[in-house]
Amino acid sequence: MSEHNEIDRVSGRSTTGHEWDGIKELNTPLPRWWVLTFYATIIWAIGYWIVYPAWPLVSGYTTGLFQYSTRASVATDLADLEKLRGEKMAVLGNASLADIEKDPALLALARARGKTVFADNCAPCHGSGGAGAKGYPNLNDDDWLWGGSLDQIMQTIQFGARSGHAKTHEGQMLAFGRDGVLKKDEIVTVANYVRSLSGLSTAPKFDLAAGKKIFTENCTSCHGDNAKGNPELGAPNLTDQIWLYGSDEETLVETITNGRAGVMPAWVGRLDPVTVKALAVYVHSLGGGK
Amino acid sequence: MTMGEAGLASALAFFAFVSFLGAAMGHDAAFSFHASLACAASLISVIMIGNRYLDRPAELPPAEIGGRPNYNLGPIKFASAMAMFWGIAGFAVGLIIASQLAWPALNFDLPWTTFGRLRPLHTSAVIFAFGGNVLIATSFYVVQKTCRTRLAGDLSPWFVVVGYNFFILIAGTGYLLGVTQSKEYAEPEWYADLWLTIVWVTYLLVFLMTLVKRKEPHIFVANWFYLAFIITIAVLHLGNNPALPVSFLGSKSYIAWGGVQDAMFQWWYGHNAVGFFLTAGFLAIMYYFIPKRAERPVYSYRLSIIHFWALIFLYIWAGPHHLHYTALPDWAQTLGMTFSIMLWMPSWGGMINGLMTLSGAWDKLRTDPVLRMMVVSVAFYGMSTFEGPMMSIKVVNSLSHYTDWTIGHVHSGALGWVGFVSFGALYCLVPWLWNRQLYSLKLVNWHFWIATIGIVLYISAMWVSGILQGLMWRAYTSLGFLEYSFIESVEAMHPFYIIRAAGGALFLVGALIMAFNLWMTVNAGQASETEGAGALQPAE
Repeated sequence: MSEHNEIDRVSGRSTTGHEWDGIKELNTPLPRWWVLTFYATIIWAIGYWIVYPAWPLVSGYTTGLFQYSTRASVATDLADLEKLRGEKMAVLGNASLADIEKDPALLALARARGKTVFADNCAPCHGSGGAGAKGYPNLNDDDWLWGGSLDQIMQTIQFGARSGHAKTHEGQMLAFGRDGVLKKDEIVTVANYVRSLSGLSTAPKFDLAAGKKIFTENCTSCHGDNAKGNPELGAPNLTDQIWLYGSDEETLVETITNGRAGVMPAWVGRLDPVTVKALAVYVHSLGGGK
Repeated sequence: MTMGEAGLASALAFFAFVSFLGAAMGHDAAFSFHASLACAASLISVIMIGNRYLDRPAELPPAEIGGRPNYNLGPIKFASAMAMFWGIAGFAVGLIIASQLAWPALNFDLPWTTFGRLRPLHTSAVIFAFGGNVLIATSFYVVQKTCRTRLAGDLSPWFVVVGYNFFILIAGTGYLLGVTQSKEYAEPEWYADLWLTIVWVTYLLVFLMTLVKRKEPHIFVANWFYLAFIITIAVLHLGNNPALPVSFLGSKSYIAWGGVQDAMFQWWYGHNAVGFFLTAGFLAIMYYFIPKRAERPVYSYRLSIIHFWALIFLYIWAGPHHLHYTALPDWAQTLGMTFSIMLWMPSWGGMINGLMTLSGAWDKLRTDPVLRMMVVSVAFYGMSTFEGPMMSIKVVNSLSHYTDWTIGHVHSGALGWVGFVSFGALYCLVPWLWNRQLYSLKLVNWHFWIATIGIVLYISAMWVSGILQGLMWRAYTSLGFLEYSFIESVEAMHPFYIIRAAGGALFLVGALIMAFNLWMTVNAGQASETEGAGALQPAE
């Protein structure tokens, strides 16, 4: 066959003598650099198999001269990290919250640790800057449902609110409408009264005295005689301009009718004690710590 | 009436009846909807087979006319048109989801338009619907021309192209309705998988039987690649999809594999979908259309043999590099990585053969934008097949994995290589099939430049954003804490997501120009002066 092979004029190569739909093939040898690079990658692969885990056996596998394993490698990395954080974190663990507040270096460390942990654990609800959202408290203001001291904040982080943990904050806004305690028009009246407490406008035909009467009979046991709230029960201050669910009449009617019982999970057991402490310091420093 | 006509019509009539029962008794609305589609499609097919029988001459089309092969071009025309249609649809959905990543409000809070459902719609539309139709169309064309024989089978080529597009319809509508088995690139549920199996085996048989009755002594290199693509996709599809339906009247099923074995099977499948669907199949296109268009011989026969077998042997091992640093055993990760490195040169063998075929014809790149498109596609192929092995190296992967770098890598291959070589092939094929001159080379030039700028914007945005992401995720402060939260890395991506969407929009605009150009070619183009492929064959 080869004697019939023509020579391609451009390249000077002979063709293979085959032709398909006008397409011919040159008999060009393999490019040398291509072959050598191919061999090099094969040799490199064999070398890699010798030193790293590579081939499965009947039971187990070839472990390689380096005795490498991903698990061991992760353990080393974590140990290195521990070493880097090491003693500083131990100091943080032993210091009381008050000590941390006093020592600028410890405070900086706690806030740095808290910031990372906050971003990955708290930001989904409270927002990346801690500004909150409807139903999720703003942590930048000085208004605290369960108290804003370092200890109180730490307590809340550890055990959450209505989280089901034995030590969690309990107490909830009752469903005055759904449970038949208040009638619909009474709810509207008391909702307007609540708006009046923080100087918001009220409906034109609203009866202030009636509202006050309903409020005194139903609400003061938790929110207090002066409506300034009670951090023991998580009852918010109703005289400030800060609202967890909203201040418009519709939202207030909804709140009073069906109650509210937002949940914050307990972080004890999910975050280690030093981390919780650092988180408390960070949240306390966000703007409104007391 | 032939045995084939009678048999297929009866089988479809029976299938219509079964589908009717399925539609009536289905446990969920999506299943009933799909069964209704199957019932309607089967009935329409039965009617069309009947009409064809009544309209056609008593004799079936001859295999040869005047001693020359009477090529079967009808199914190829259909698949080419569908490729263009699905391409536009797939690119448009890609643009939508790219925009959703930049502006999440575009999810519209509707289940059908969320990113989670549109993303598989995009990937399946571009890979399987656009790419698949291009592969079926070109393979049916190339195998006939290079074997100098009419396509095997009478109705079966039609069954392949129509059946395949029906699979696409079921898969795509399923995603929108939330029907998915949640395996990447293998999302269609059990009944769509079964249907695809029937279609694919028919495809394999048509292709094989055409090879068997070839009039050429040797099998052309493009056909090796097509055959490897068809066989391996069948194996991958069967390996990755064994599932037990909760009910044979419902859309939900559970995969037989569990845990890390499932992950391993998934990426054995996923990576070889890249290797055999998006590489081997499109290399086949390259091996026919570039020499044909450049009017030059293939650069090296020996290289084509060696790189073919090396590619086929090595690719199938590389899947585990998608699972570095996971629960996959270390030894499997090593094999995945080392085989990926060894795959570098076999991949480049195709690039060398594609580019060097141009030697003696480089000047044509100035005057022929179609050839330029295909040559640039080979360059993108070379770049992607260098980048891939590099990203499979574990230390590189520890930075690149789960970042946008992967998305950029995929798209330099998908837009640059698969997209451009497909466009080039369609620009050649449509005029040949319809025996016309291409309507406008100038518009091809516009398409080339607009799409190229789009690709460059896309992949460079993803490189920067991917590497930025990877670096942000691993950055530690001097105190030993993570520097950035995840959401901060998301915020940092925003400008790159806008650039990416702009790149995707340009790519879509290019494809729309192409669709117009091909439409005008078919409907208003001048009859070709040169002897086209279909010169002896009236349009079916």
